[in-house]
This record gives sequence, C-alpha cells and structure tokens, in this order.
Amino acid sequence: MSPLNELRFRDVSVRFGGRRRGVTAVDRVDLTVPAGAVVGLVGESGSGKSTLARAAVGLAPLAGGAVLLDGRPLPRTPGRHGVQMVFQDPYSSLDPRMTVGASIAEAAPRGGNTTAEVARLLDLVELAPERAAQYPAQLSGGQRQRVALARALAARPDVIIADEITSALDVSIQGTVLNLVRDLQRRLSLSMLFISHNLAVVRYVSDLLAVMYLGRIVECGPVDDVLGDPQHPYTRQLLASAPRPGGIPTALTGAEATLDSAEPGDPHHPPPGCRFHPRCPVGPLVLPGRDDCRDTEPDGAQRRHQAACHYAAHASEQHNTRSTP
Amino acid sequence: MPRLRTPLGGTAAVLLVAVLATAVLAPPLWGEKAAAAADTANILQGASAAHWAGTDGLGRDIFFRVLVATRLSVLLALLATGLGVLTGLLLGAAPLLVGARVGRLVTAAVNIAVAFPGLLLALSFAVVFGVGGTGAVLAIGFAIAPAFARLTGTLVATVAERDYIAAARIAGVGRLRILVRHVLPNIGEPLVVNATVAAGGSLLAFAGLSYLGLGVQAPAYDWGRLLGEGLNSLYMHPLAALVPGGAVVLAGLALNLTGEAVARGIGQTTPLFTAVRRRRPEAPLPSNQDSADVVLAVEGLHVSFPGVTPVRGVSFTVRRGEAVGVVGESGSGKSLTALAIAQLIEEPGQVRAERLEFAGEDLRHGPSRAQRRLLGTSLAMVFQDPMTSFNPTQRIGRQLAEPARAHQGLSRRRAFDRAVDRLRAVRLPAPERRAHQFPHEFSGGMRQRAMIGMGLMGTPMLILADEPTTALDVTVQRQVLALLEDVRATTAAALVLISHDITVVGQVCERVLVMYAGRIVEDVATAELSTAARHPYTQALLAAVPHLGTDRDRPLTVIPGRPADPGDTPVGCAFAPRCAYADDLCRRADPPLEGGVACWHADRTVAPPGPGG
Ligand SMILES: Nc1ncnc2c1ncn2[C@@H]1O[C@H](COP(=O)(O)OP(=O)(O)OP(=O)(O)O)[C@@H](O)[C@H]1O
Ligand code: SF4
Ligand code: SF4
Ligand SMILES: [Mg+2]
Repeated sequence: MSPLNELRFRDVSVRFGGRRRGVTAVDRVDLTVPAGAVVGLVGESGSGKSTLARAAVGLAPLAGGAVLLDGRPLPRTPGRHGVQMVFQDPYSSLDPRMTVGASIAEAAPRGGNTTAEVARLLDLVELAPERAAQYPAQLSGGQRQRVALARALAARPDVIIADEITSALDVSIQGTVLNLVRDLQRRLSLSMLFISHNLAVVRYVSDLLAVMYLGRIVECGPVDDVLGDPQHPYTRQLLASAPRPGGIPTALTGAEATLDSAEPGDPHHPPPGCRFHPRCPVGPLVLPGRDDCRDTEPDGAQRRHQAACHYAAHASEQHNTRSTP
Repeated sequence: MPRLRTPLGGTAAVLLVAVLATAVLAPPLWGEKAAAAADTANILQGASAAHWAGTDGLGRDIFFRVLVATRLSVLLALLATGLGVLTGLLLGAAPLLVGARVGRLVTAAVNIAVAFPGLLLALSFAVVFGVGGTGAVLAIGFAIAPAFARLTGTLVATVAERDYIAAARIAGVGRLRILVRHVLPNIGEPLVVNATVAAGGSLLAFAGLSYLGLGVQAPAYDWGRLLGEGLNSLYMHPLAALVPGGAVVLAGLALNLTGEAVARGIGQTTPLFTAVRRRRPEAPLPSNQDSADVVLAVEGLHVSFPGVTPVRGVSFTVRRGEAVGVVGESGSGKSLTALAIAQLIEEPGQVRAERLEFAGEDLRHGPSRAQRRLLGTSLAMVFQDPMTSFNPTQRIGRQLAEPARAHQGLSRRRAFDRAVDRLRAVRLPAPERRAHQFPHEFSGGMRQRAMIGMGLMGTPMLILADEPTTALDVTVQRQVLALLEDVRATTAAALVLISHDITVVGQVCERVLVMYAGRIVEDVATAELSTAARHPYTQALLAAVPHLGTDRDRPLTVIPGRPADPGDTPVGCAFAPRCAYADDLCRRADPPLEGGVACWHADRTVAPPGPGG
C-alpha cells in the first residue's frame, strides 16, 4: 500500500570544469534514502553536499552513475518529477516580482482549480490563504521558507531534498520550521535528504546520518549509532566541533592543534590514498606506520557504518566485540 | 523614474520632452516651409531675421529643416537602438535559451564582436547592407548589439545563479518562460538605462553615417545630411553646420542624461562599499587616549526611519580587547546598532544618542574628516550578506586587493599578496588559485570565508562582525571563531560579534547582550548564561536551540507568537505578548535595564502560569 519512494544514488560522480582545472565535486557516491526515511547529510563547506542535492534534481550534470527513484533512473533534466528541492536562502529562492500564489501555482501540475490548490498548499505549511496575493518582500524569513516548502510540495513529490533550509532563519523560527518539516514528512510519508551543517539540527530531524568529505561519503548509519559511536576520524572531529551551550571551545592540544590549522581539503587536488589523511589525528602524520593511508583509498563496504577508514572497525568484528559479554 | 526631482533629472526630462515634441510636431507645422525654396535669389544666405540660420544651396530655410529633420533622425536612431537591443537581448540570453554549450559559443562570438570598434563595424555593415536609411539602421543596430549582448549576458548570469531560477526549472518551467517571467523583470532596470544611453550613441553614429553619405539619401534628410551640406560652406556661413550639429549634440545629451538620471534614481550602489570600509592603517592613532580602556561607548542610542524606530535606547560599552556578543532575532535592531556605530546609516535614517564615542571621539554629529579617517583606520566591519557581497564579474583576489590598493596605498602586487595571505588566514583551500576565481566558483561557505578575509585586510581596533559564521559548517565555524579570537589576541582589537545564535556567541564572548525589539533586555556574563540568565526571552532562546541531547520524539520548544514588529511596539514590555509571566504591570510599563536585566519579574521564583498563558 505505502508508496515506495526510495531515492538511490548509485556510484554518482559530478564534475565541473575542464580536464585540467576541473573539480570532481561528487566522487562515486553511493547513498540510499529509504522510503519514508530522512537521511541527514553533513560535511564541511565545499564537500559536495549541495552538488549531490542538485544532481538529484537534474541541476548538476552527472559525470557517472545514476540517480534512481524506486529503481528507475530519473530524467536527466530538471522538471516536474518526483524529486523536489527546497533551497537554503528563502530570500533568493523566491522570485521577488511574483506573488506567493503565482510562485506556488507555477510549480503545480497544470489544470484543476489552481486557487484551491494554492490554498491547500498554504494551509499545509500553516499559512493563511490570503498570503497568496502577497509578494515575498512582505513575508518574514520563516514565512518565505514555508512558501518555498509549499512550492516544492506543489509538484506532489515523493522525495524532498532540503538543503540547509533553516540556516538562514532565526533560532526562534528555526524550531517552528523544523517541527513543520518533520510533521509534513511523517504525514505525507515523504522520503527526505536533509542537508545541514548543524549536527544538532540534523540529529533532531533524521533517521540516518551520512557524513561527506571531499566529495565522498565517509560514514553512514543510523543517526544515534553514528553520533554515539563514530567510526571515522572525520566524524569524530565534526562531533567535537559542534558548539555546546555555554562551552567556550577548549584549545586543541598537540598533534590535533597542528592538524587543525592544516588547510582544509581542496577538491581540485584531493590527496592520494585516504583523502582525510593530511588532517587525520590518527593518520600517517601523527601515528608512524600508517603509510597505507597515504597510498590506498580506504573502502568502507565491509566496515561498521561503512566508514571509509583503514583503521575503523570491521562490521563483523564490531558485532563480535559487542556481543561478547 | 524614481528620482527625477534632481537637477540632473530635471534637465534631462525637459530636454527629452523638447526633443520628442519637436520630432512629433515639427513636420506637420513646418514641413512646407522647410521644403519650399524661398526664392532662388536667396541661396546660401547667412543668418537673417527671415532665416535664423540662413538658407541652403536651394534657398531653403536651414533652421526649419533642422527642426523637421528631428523626426527622421530620432526615429532612425530609435529603430537602430531597438534592433540592437533586441538582438543583444537574444544573444545575451542565449546560454539560458539554448543551453550552456551553444551559449558558450555565442558568448565567445559576442566577445570578439565587442572588441571591434563600433563605427568600423557600422561602416562595414553599411557596405554590406547597401547605402541608405535601411542599411544604416541595420548597420548601427548590429553594431550596438554586441555590447548589449555582453551586458545582458552578465546580468542574466547573475540572476540565473539565483535559487528561484533553479526552483522554477525543477518545477518544470520552460526556458522561454523563465526568461520572460523570471529573468527579464529582474534585470530590466539596468537594461533600460543602457538602452537610453545607447540611443544617444546611435543618434551620433547616424549623424556620422549620413554625413559620410552612407546614411539617409536625398531627397530625405536628417541631421547628418544637413551637417554634411552645411560643412561644404562652412567658411561662408558657419551656422549652416553649427545648427544641425548642435541639434545632434542636444538630442544625444537628452538621451544620455535621461539614462544617467534613471541609473542614479535606481541607485546602482557598489556592493563593495557596504562590505568593508577602511583606510591606511599606518595613519597615527588618535592622541586623546585618556578614556584609555574604552573603545566604544554607546548611551541611549536610537535609530529611526520615518514611522519606525527599530533601535530604542541601546547603551553599552566595549573595552579594549573585549569580546562582546549581541544576540537577538532578525528585526531586533542588532545590525542597525552596528551600522549606526560605523556611521553607515543613510538617509532617511536618523541616529540619535546621548553618547556615541569610538576611541574617545564623539561621533554624534556626523563624523568629521579626521573622524572618518579614524573609522576607516580602526574599525572593521564583517557582514553576513549572503550572496550579494561580491561582484559576480570580478575575481575574488582583485576584489579583496582593490580597496587595499586604494586606501592603504599598496602596490598591485603587494595588495594581491596580502589578499592571498588573508584568504589563507581564513583557511580558504589553495588561496593562490582561488584568488583568481570568480565568486560563482566558490561554494557558499567559501564565499563567506573570503568575505571575512576582506574584513581583515587592515588592522582594526574594533571588529564589528555581523553574523559572520551563519551558514558555515561547524568545523569552519569553529576555525573562523578561532581566527577572530586570534586577531583579537594579537592586535588587542575588541570584538563585537552579532549573531542570532546564542551558542555561537557563547563560544567566543565574555559578555552577551540580548536584544529584543530595539532594546537590550539582558547583559550577562557568558559563563553564567545557562545558570543565571534571568530574562524570560533569554531563557526561551536557550531552550529553543536544539542540541545534541534534545529529545527527538517531542516537538522542539518554540517561542510562541511572532517576533516583535519594529513598526508596532507595544506600550509596556515588548516581550509581553509572547511572555509566559506577563501581567498587567508588564503590559502597562516598559521595564528599564537594571542590574543587567530589563524585566519586572526578573526575580520571580514561580513557574509560568501555564503554556502560552
Ligand atoms: N558551477 C560550478 N562550477 C565549478 N565548480 C563548482 C560549481 N559548483 C560547485 N563547484 C565546486 O564543487 C565543490 C563542491 O561544492 P558544493 O557547493 O557542492 O559544496 P557544499 O558541500 O554544498 O558546501 P557548503 O557547505 O559550503 O554549501 C566546491 O569545490 C565548489 O567550488
Ligand atoms: S584511513 Fe588513515 S588517514 Fe584516513 S581516516 Fe583512517 S586513519 Fe585517518
Ligand atoms: S517584564 Fe513582564 S512581559 Fe516583560 S519579560 Fe518580564 S515578565 Fe515578561
Ligand atoms: Mg551547500
């Protein structure tokens, strides 16, 4: 009965630019958003999160692999199909010269009663139908983001991609938008890829968590597992950087401090071997003898949370150690 | 036209109306006079009472001929402009219409065409299309087109970057429709301005072609032909050439001035200006250092616009090297407070304060020249400005270096090196290469970091940072906050960090000022934030932020109601409509900031009466 809205990235690569100065923004990514589930995607700036999102809706060209909805490849051009996206900045994602109603109606399938449909969608995002006649400039940031959400829902999608949808909003508003998104996702049993740089926000919304670094997924698993027992050193670093209320950040010590001031990864020149090795606190720059990190790219397939690290525990080992009393 | 009531706008409007009226009215009024040969005895006469500008070789009145020629001259110029603008639009929008690959070819062709001198292009077109009015229209039209295509291309590229275009494409909106509904309305203004200016230019070009005999052919005549005829007898009676020449200049001026006036009315401000202001850091610091420790003192600051007062009496001081956080929702007046300090509030905004001192200098009466320099020297502002902070057509490195060259007198090379160094300081990967890239090649986070690098091009005494890390991921955010910390430690610069995120502020600042509806409602040490915050709004803010331990099975705590509307602040405590503890006293009188908190019930020991109560 329940619709199968599984979104699957299969070996997806996205390249920008030419052969020499080009950049592989997304590199052989395998990621599945199970039907009706929310997958949170975190990673540093430039790691390719938005590019992956744009690839799913056809805004970024695929250099390899495929994006599948229920096992069928999505059309490669953007259009009114099962995957819709909500953008980060509600101030630039709505045309300032179009009314709210026109923006939403434009995205709805042709035919039928547009006014009623717009009103239904506005109601869905808890806005009064009178808003349809207003322009984005007359709305607050939170209201605009609701309109953007309504526009995405207008195409009756199976999957929603939410790229940093609360990071331009006030905290007091962020809460209401997050509550709304979670509520809608459950009521309409949507599948969702939820991108955010805020771990606490991602944790609150998501069922699964994927961590991206320099165009690759380095760890992926149930959100509590990943945050409770991170396998990849980069995930651990992310977790350590999360701001905590009242906590003035403690200075990093020793090796970690030197590594922290190392330059963040450059997608134009990804390091050989493990891409994280120049910054890894348990990598070759800190621990002698970990030379394989420099020249062999780790494969996460057999490991717990698919952690792409030579020194992360194997799934089976972990399982064994766990089950041992 | 928004601001025609300037001297420039007035002149332009009067000129333009005069030219257009002449174009319409002259032929029916004076057509016959101009055509009729007065009498053959009177050929090639100088100016006289009967013929103000003399007569031509057939004895016709030159003055009237110039008036009558207005219609043809202006009409042809407008036709050529229309053709050029339309062609330019289509070519410029090509990448959007036919896809990126073909679009790139078109753009390359346009760029080559732009490099050709316009008149040369027109001349060769005139040969191709044949001599005559039609040929000249085509020639000038196609000569205008490349420049217009390039302008359109640049504008379209900027708008096409906007998310609403992407959103429309995902929603299945067709390309032509996107161009017409989303792109053109949003780039219309600069296009209109440039079309007006181009019309002026094509008027001149037309006169040139006709003068050369490549334009309008006898018996039709325009200003260019009259000019050519007049020049033949220039030495005998110069007015015959000067009058048509003057007409060309006047009409050209009318069109150009109109373009200028419209451009100014629209207010094409340079984005860089708001981004960063600073001047030579090697300039001496002010001598009156008696108020030694206090870098910034603000008392009773009000910022008002017609009908609203978004900042209503803000008072605080910042000491040398101190880090003070300011938190509050959007619209609470955080940014306006910062802008008022930096003297960046513009008309019709009004700044009023009992005290407003930066480095001991009273800034209340608009900064003097010396004070402007002081501000430029020692105050750095870092803005959030999501997408628009950079000029999309310039390389990042150049944008950072340019102000440093202008204000710090650095050489091109040194300014650029410093830009690269600052980009490295904000941990932009591969700064040398990145400095040569354009803003659209940066991810959102990188753009933000480059922005902060721009704020650090000099060596400030006070850094006013407005939401500098919003939308940065946590690792970078921590690094950027650490970077600000670093700058503070090495330069003893004070920091005012504005953010809506109380956790971020809590990481770096010793003190937090909580703003609500244009007032400071609490001033509390960061260390005591979670234990000793007493204002209900501060407590609500702390509860609304999800953290890693938030219960996922329950909806997030939200602050009920809407953020305060600066245009409609209630009489009593502005937070009362959203406050669980509000009573009659709260709704009647606004609590003053006393002992670090502005709340009548700061010492309450009771729980709130009930949710939303
Ligand atoms: N149109 C483009 N042309 C060239 N390079 C691009 C383009 N779009 C993105 N990139 C590059 O691809 C890489 C990934 O960018 P992307 O925007 O996907 O990162 P992100 O993870 O979403 O970052 P952020 O957290 O800052 O939003 C970056 O190196 C960026 O410079
Ligand atoms: S493979 Fe090596 S360098 Fe990479 S994350 Fe694991 S330990 Fe660190
Ligand atoms: S003064 Fe009254 S309404 Fe205002 S915050 Fe205090 S208790 Fe609430
Ligand atoms: Mg992004």
